[in-house]
Amino acid sequence: MTETLLKLSDVSLGFAGNAVLQQVDFDVAAGSIASLIGPNGAGKTSLFNCITGFYKPQSGRIEFDGTALLPLKPFQVTRTGIARTFQNLRLFRQMSVIENVMSGQHCRTKAGAIGAILHLPSQRREERAIRDHAAECLRFVGIAEAEWAREATTLAYGHQRRVEIARALATEPKLLLLDEPAAGLTRGEKLDLITLIGRIRDERGVAVLLIEHDTSLVMRLSERVSVLDHGIMIAEGTPKEIQTNPRVIEAYLGAEDAEAALAL
Amino acid sequence: MAALEPRPSAWGGLNRVLDTPAKRGTAIGAILVVMAVAPFVFGPYATVILTNSLLYVILALGLNVVVGYAGLLDLGYAAFFAVGAYSVGILTTEFGWNFWATIPVAVCAAVFAGIIIGGPTLRLRSDYLAIVTLGFGEIVRISARNLKITGAASGISGIEQPWLFGWHIATPNDFYYVFLALAIIGILVSVRLSNSRLGRAWLYVRHDEDAAEAMGINRVRVKLAAYVIGAIYGSIGGAFFAVNLTAISPESFSFRQSTLFLMAVILGGMGKIPGVILGAFIVVLAPELLRDLGSFRLLIFAVGLLLIMLFRPSGIWPVRSR
Amino acid sequence: MTLANLLAQQLVNGLVLGSFYALVALGYTMVFGVVKLLNFAHGDLYMVGGFVGFLALSLVAGTLGVGWLGVAAAILLSMLAVGSLGVVIERIAYAPMLKAPRLSILITALAVSLVLQNAVLTLTNGQIIPFSPKLGFAGVNLGGVFINYKQMALAGTAALLMLGLEFFFTRTQYGRAMRAVSVDKDMCELMGIDVNRVIAVTFFAGSALAAAAGTMAGAYYGSIWYFMGFLIGLKAFTAAVIGGIGSIPGAMLGGLILGLLESFGTQIPGIGSEWKDVFSFSVLILVLVFKPTGLLGKSEQERM
Repeated sequence: MTETLLKLSDVSLGFAGNAVLQQVDFDVAAGSIASLIGPNGAGKTSLFNCITGFYKPQSGRIEFDGTALLPLKPFQVTRTGIARTFQNLRLFRQMSVIENVMSGQHCRTKAGAIGAILHLPSQRREERAIRDHAAECLRFVGIAEAEWAREATTLAYGHQRRVEIARALATEPKLLLLDEPAAGLTRGEKLDLITLIGRIRDERGVAVLLIEHDTSLVMRLSERVSVLDHGIMIAEGTPKEIQTNPRVIEAYLGAEDAEAALAL
Repeated sequence: MAALEPRPSAWGGLNRVLDTPAKRGTAIGAILVVMAVAPFVFGPYATVILTNSLLYVILALGLNVVVGYAGLLDLGYAAFFAVGAYSVGILTTEFGWNFWATIPVAVCAAVFAGIIIGGPTLRLRSDYLAIVTLGFGEIVRISARNLKITGAASGISGIEQPWLFGWHIATPNDFYYVFLALAIIGILVSVRLSNSRLGRAWLYVRHDEDAAEAMGINRVRVKLAAYVIGAIYGSIGGAFFAVNLTAISPESFSFRQSTLFLMAVILGGMGKIPGVILGAFIVVLAPELLRDLGSFRLLIFAVGLLLIMLFRPSGIWPVRSR
Repeated sequence: MTLANLLAQQLVNGLVLGSFYALVALGYTMVFGVVKLLNFAHGDLYMVGGFVGFLALSLVAGTLGVGWLGVAAAILLSMLAVGSLGVVIERIAYAPMLKAPRLSILITALAVSLVLQNAVLTLTNGQIIPFSPKLGFAGVNLGGVFINYKQMALAGTAALLMLGLEFFFTRTQYGRAMRAVSVDKDMCELMGIDVNRVIAVTFFAGSALAAAAGTMAGAYYGSIWYFMGFLIGLKAFTAAVIGGIGSIPGAMLGGLILGLLESFGTQIPGIGSEWKDVFSFSVLILVLVFKPTGLLGKSEQERM
C-alpha cells in the first residue's frame, strides 16, 4: 500500500455566499497518477488553488508529505514539492524557452546579489547547474534544442504546453498538478501527452494529479479518478468503477452526450 | 553556445552592426578612450556637464534595477539620493568624520530605509506603491527642510573634499574621473545582476507575479532586493554628489528630481543598460542645448515622455527587430 | 479663546478642508472603480480647474460681476471645460494603454500629469496668481465660533455636488452602468453596455468635480499656482484610501476624516504646519500597510 502523499480533509471554500467546495475529502498516493473530473464549474481549479496556496479555504486541513499546507504562502507550497501548470498557459512572455524552464530552479538554488556581483565560483557553478537542469527537463519533455533560445510564446501551442510541464518539473516536485493539459491538443499530441505523463511517474517517481475534460484520456491514464460536482466529491475509484457509477452518470446527464462523456 | 544564450543582447538593434565580440570590444574601448581624455579635449565647462551626466548614469542605473528590472514604479527615488548626501554632510561637518568612513554609513542608512519602507509596502499593488514611494520622497525632503541637524532650508555647506592616498580630490577634473570610475563600476554591477539568478527572478516576477510565485519564487523578497540595491546606488551617488558640490540643500531632493531620474531610465530604454546611459545623457544634456527655452524645456521632456509611452515604449535606443 | 471654541473652530476648518479632499477623492475613486487605474493626473486637473475658473471669472466679470454669481458661473464653466479635458485625456492617453502592462499605464499617467504641470508652469512662468473675487468676509457667529459665508458656500456646494453624484449613481442609467462596469467590465461588454461611453462619462464627472474643487479653492484661498495639484492629489488619494478605494461613500467619508485629522493634528504640540504634510503621508502609509481596503472598501480576492 503506497503512502498517501497529499491529503485533503473536510475542505470547504466559499466566495461571497457561493459554496465552491463543500467538505471535500481527497487524497493522492505517492508515485501515482490521479485525475479530478467533473462538470464545468464543479470547483476543480479552485481545489488546485487551495492546494497551491492561492485560495485559503474557510475550513479543513491539507497535508502534504507530512507538512500542513494551509498556513503556507504559494511560493512556500511549491518549495515543499508541489508544482503546477495552468489552464490558460502562463509562460513568461518575452523570455526564452530555456529561461522559462530555469525559473523552476530558482527555489532550489540560492545564489544572491553578492554572489552575482562578485561572480564567485560557487555562483558560476550554480548557474551552470541551473542551465543543465533546465536543459534536462526540456529534453525529457521532448523539446528540441534548436527551440530553446526562442521566445517561449512563439512556439507551437502543443510545444508551449510541454514547456510549461518542463518548467514545473524543474522545481523538482514530488507532486505535479496539471490543469487541463490536453486542452487544445490534437489527437496525436494527446497520445504523446499520455506517454509523457506515464514517463513522469515511472522515470521520475513524481505523482501526477490531472484536471481534465477529455474523459477517454483520463480513463486510459489514471489509476484513480475522483469526481467533483458543485463542490461536492461524489465518487472516487478506479476508472472502471467511475464509469459505471450511477451518481456520476447522473451528474453528467445534463451534458449533451453523457455516454460519450463517460467514454462508455 | 548560441543556442543557450538566454536573451537578446543588451545592445539591442546595434547588434546588427556590432555583431562580433571583437567589434563590440572595440566600440567599448573607443568610448572609454574618449571618456578618458574628455576633460582635456572638451574643456572645463563640458567636463562639469559630463560629470553631472555620469552622476545621472549612476542614479539611473540604480533606479533601473527597481523600475526596469523589477518593474516597480518608484516615484521617490530622490529620497535615497538624499540619504546618501545628508549622511555624508552631517557626519563630516558636524562630527568631523573622514569621508571614506561615512560611505558605509550612508549605504547602511539607505539599506535600512529601503527595508523599512519597502518591507511593508512592496506587496501592495503597483499603483499604491507608486504613490507610497512618492509620499516617502516627500517625507524625506520635508524632514530635511525642517530639521536642524540637516540644516533646515539652507542645508549643509562647507563639506570637505576627500583625500585618497595623498590625492586631494577637489578639482572638477578629479571629480570627473571619480564619477567615471563609479559609473563603470555601476555598469558592471548591473550587467552581472541582470545575468544572474536574481536578475531572472526580477523578470519572472515582473512578467507574471502569480506564475512566478507558483514556481516557488518569493516575490516580496525579490522585489525588496531590487529596492534595496536601487537604494544603495542612490546613496552612493548622493554621497559623492555631496562632496563634489560641498553644499547640499533640500531642493536637490524634490519630486522633480525623482521624475528626472525616472525620465532618464525610461526615455533611453527602460531595462537596457545602454538605453539607460543614453537616457541619463539626454536628461542632462538636453537642458544645456535647450537653454534658451527656459521652463519650456521641462514641458518638452514631459511631452516627450508621453509620446514615448504611447508610441515607442521601448525607448529611444534602437530595438532589435524580430 | 476657550478650548471648546478652539476645537470647534478646528472642526469647521477640518470640514471645509475635508470637502475639498472629498471632491477630489471622488474623482480618483470613480475612475479607479471603472478602469482600475489611479489617475495620477487627477490632482493636476484640480489645478487646471483653478486656472480655468480664474479665466472664466475674468470672462464673465463684465456681465455677472466678480461676486457670488460670477464665481458660481466660473465654477460651472470650469467644470464643463475640465470635464471635457478629462475625457480627451482618457481617449488619447489611457484608452490605448489599457491592454499594456500595468507599469506602462502608470508611467503614462505620470507623463500626463507632468505635461499639465509644465504646460501651466510655462504659461504662468511659475508665478502664484492671485484670484480674488469679491466675496466679502461676512459670516455668522455661532457661540463663539466664526463661520464665514465663503466656508458655508464651499461646504454647501460640495455637499450639493456629492448629493448630485449620489443621485446620478443610484437613479440614472449611466450611474447604474458605471457601477456595473466597476464590478465586471468584460461582462458588461458582453451584455451590450457601451463601456467606452461609460468610461468617458466617468472621467468627465470625476474631472468636473476636481475642477469645481480647484475653482473653489482658488477663490477661497485667494491664489492659484501650477504646483497646487501635486499636494492635493496626494491628499485626495490618501482620503480615497482611508475611505476605501472604489467606494463612493468611502471617498466622501475619507475626505472628511482626513480634513479633520489634519485640522486637529496641527494643533498637537510638535506638529506645526511644516509637518502637516508629513503627518498626512504617514497616515497614508499606515493605512495602506495595515488596512489597505480602508473603512468601506471591498477586499480584493486573488483571481487565478
